[in-house]
Amino acid sequence: MDNIAGQKSSLSIVSNLSVLLLVILWLVPTVGLLVSSFRDRDQIGQSGWWASMFPVEQAYRINPEPEGVQQVDGLYVLEGNVFGEGSGSVAAFGIQAREPSAADVGQTYTRFVVDVTEPDGKVDDIKLELAYPAGDAPVFPDVDEDGNKIMAETAQIDRSLTVMGNGDFSYASAKDIKRAPSVYIMAETPPEFTLINYETILGSAGMDRAFINTLTVTIPATIIPILIAAFAAYALAWMDFAGRGFLVAVVVGLLVVPLQLALVPMLTFHNKVGIGQSFLGIWLAHTGFGLPLAIYLLRNYMVGLPRDIIESAKVDGATDFQVFTKIVLPLSFPALASFAIFQFLWTWNDLLVAKVFLPSNSESWVMTVKIADDLLGSRGGDWGILAAAAFVSIAVPLFVFFAMQKYLVRGLLAGSVK
Amino acid sequence: MSPVLQGILTILIGVGGCIAYFYGSNLILDKLIFPARNDDHGRNINRATMVRPWLFLFPALFALSLYLIYPVIGSFIRSLYNRSGDTFIGLGNYVQMFSEDGFRTAFLNNVLWALVVPAAATFFGLLVAQLTDRLRWGNIAKSLIFMPMAISFVGASLIWKFVYANDPDIGIINAVRDYFGMAPIDVLQIPFWNNFFLMVILVWIQTGFAMVILSAALRGIPEETVEAAIIDGANPFQIFFKIKVPQIKGTIVVVWTTITILVLKVFDIVYAMTGGNFATEILPSYMMDFMFRDDGRATAVAFVIMLIVLPVMIWNIRQARSEMR
Repeated sequence: MDNIAGQKSSLSIVSNLSVLLLVILWLVPTVGLLVSSFRDRDQIGQSGWWASMFPVEQAYRINPEPEGVQQVDGLYVLEGNVFGEGSGSVAAFGIQAREPSAADVGQTYTRFVVDVTEPDGKVDDIKLELAYPAGDAPVFPDVDEDGNKIMAETAQIDRSLTVMGNGDFSYASAKDIKRAPSVYIMAETPPEFTLINYETILGSAGMDRAFINTLTVTIPATIIPILIAAFAAYALAWMDFAGRGFLVAVVVGLLVVPLQLALVPMLTFHNKVGIGQSFLGIWLAHTGFGLPLAIYLLRNYMVGLPRDIIESAKVDGATDFQVFTKIVLPLSFPALASFAIFQFLWTWNDLLVAKVFLPSNSESWVMTVKIADDLLGSRGGDWGILAAAAFVSIAVPLFVFFAMQKYLVRGLLAGSVK
Repeated sequence: MSPVLQGILTILIGVGGCIAYFYGSNLILDKLIFPARNDDHGRNINRATMVRPWLFLFPALFALSLYLIYPVIGSFIRSLYNRSGDTFIGLGNYVQMFSEDGFRTAFLNNVLWALVVPAAATFFGLLVAQLTDRLRWGNIAKSLIFMPMAISFVGASLIWKFVYANDPDIGIINAVRDYFGMAPIDVLQIPFWNNFFLMVILVWIQTGFAMVILSAALRGIPEETVEAAIIDGANPFQIFFKIKVPQIKGTIVVVWTTITILVLKVFDIVYAMTGGNFATEILPSYMMDFMFRDDGRATAVAFVIMLIVLPVMIWNIRQARSEMR
């Protein structure tokens, strides 16, 4: 329409780009969740999900077995490969946990014990750590951090480590190597995805139970209101009786009544009649709360059905009951589907009604309650677990959404615009 | 009995019961009470026709009255009693409530929510609807922006917890700050502005709703009006603001009010993100603080929400009545 006068190119590029930007903006949070749910705890702590496609530099501590120690030039030397039987690529290494990348590969990192002369002429010995190309002689600085003069000729090796890029190392120590020494390396870890979070969440964390509970709440709470509403909608659309207009107005008014009002009185009522906090209670509650929209949507749709069909059926002797079940109900399938999706999404995603009308013990938690009241607290820092839990809870609605989007859109339109 | 079995049984009993009720009651009406035979079969058919609508309506009316109409009155009455429900204290709960800082914060925050969320969601919805209107991949784009509608508020909160996280290796916001050398901040603890970070979540969800409806409304605009404007030399912005927007004003109002009503009901986001801490409380979450502890106060808050919704309700009913005529 906008292009009739031929003003296309530049505006079209701008709108393409801005839509692209908006779509990315809208998708990024969900993608982040999805990606994070496939990463284990270490990886999430090590790099952002946006970097998950790239290798991560991670610090490792390796304790090679002290086997085959040789004595060379008065030092005990242990040689081997940091990756053991495996392979990999070392980026940097060190001999202390707080400095895992003290030296680059191909260098030797040595801790010397060396004498220094303090300004007042006193001689003391200090520990000095130096990194220098493997095979070369170390170059000592003239003074240490405190300004004391270093006497390089007195240097003794305390321990020394050389690591090559492929992981070959040589560890030397002044003392005999009896226990496994600690070697720290920084190595590139290839991108890695795991299902461990899903295993945890569906196994020990009890999300499987919550999933089944959600399903148990959702299905009856979707089907029953449809049935009840369909009959009422037919009566409001095609039957003549006094007070019809008034009832339609009441239904429209009830559309916006806040749920919050019903919580206390209805819970009290349920307790009084013996339903208490139970699945039966939540089915009834969802049925009641879903009815206004159901009746409204279905009535709007049924009113639009062609009058001829219904009247000619009546002329042929069909009763209202027959007209409803044989003609109106099959024709109203799109509206029934729309409402079914609404009610399904609403009951599946509901937290408020489940918190109030279901018992608060962990056996009856639905997924939303499980996430909000349990996981966010007890697993607050465990991002991978949280992401997996969230994704388990949104997977079914997302599937329903993409599979039946047509009906959802149709229902929204029928509910809001006329 | 396991809940699953109970569920299946309920579906069978519920569905079977409904069918049995509707079928049986019609049968009884037609065959037993007003049989269409004998001398007065004409009168009987008429009588049956008068009763039948009420048979069709009864279950729905019963459920509506019990679950939605009775609570309006029930809640109001309960809100006039004290915490344990045995002493009548008149408007005591309301008086007490209005004098408290917690309620005032929740109320003001809610006003802020009700102003910002519908405005932002409608704006973005309209923007996307207009931009995707003639795009070849418009439907895919719309479907992706619509997607958050399917996600629960709790799920959405969790999704955004990842965006807002303090750790620059998890939260994008802090990752960006980190990149520019700034210290990480917890956006949910910045006074006042944290409310907006929570609103973003609801805007993210509701934009799709606004978009779908406004997009249909834009499609419904008669082409001649736009063509005429183009011939008269209007530029695209003039066409949008002076030709299209005025024609879909009614729909914009409907979208706006629908989202406003929603804002007054959603407690999940605040509950899951901050638990109402850091002065982010809104009325629905404020009410849940008292649920199970002080029913008198909880119903009073609920009734305040009802009073705020009331004008929209009246307006809706008026619209519906004028359309019926």
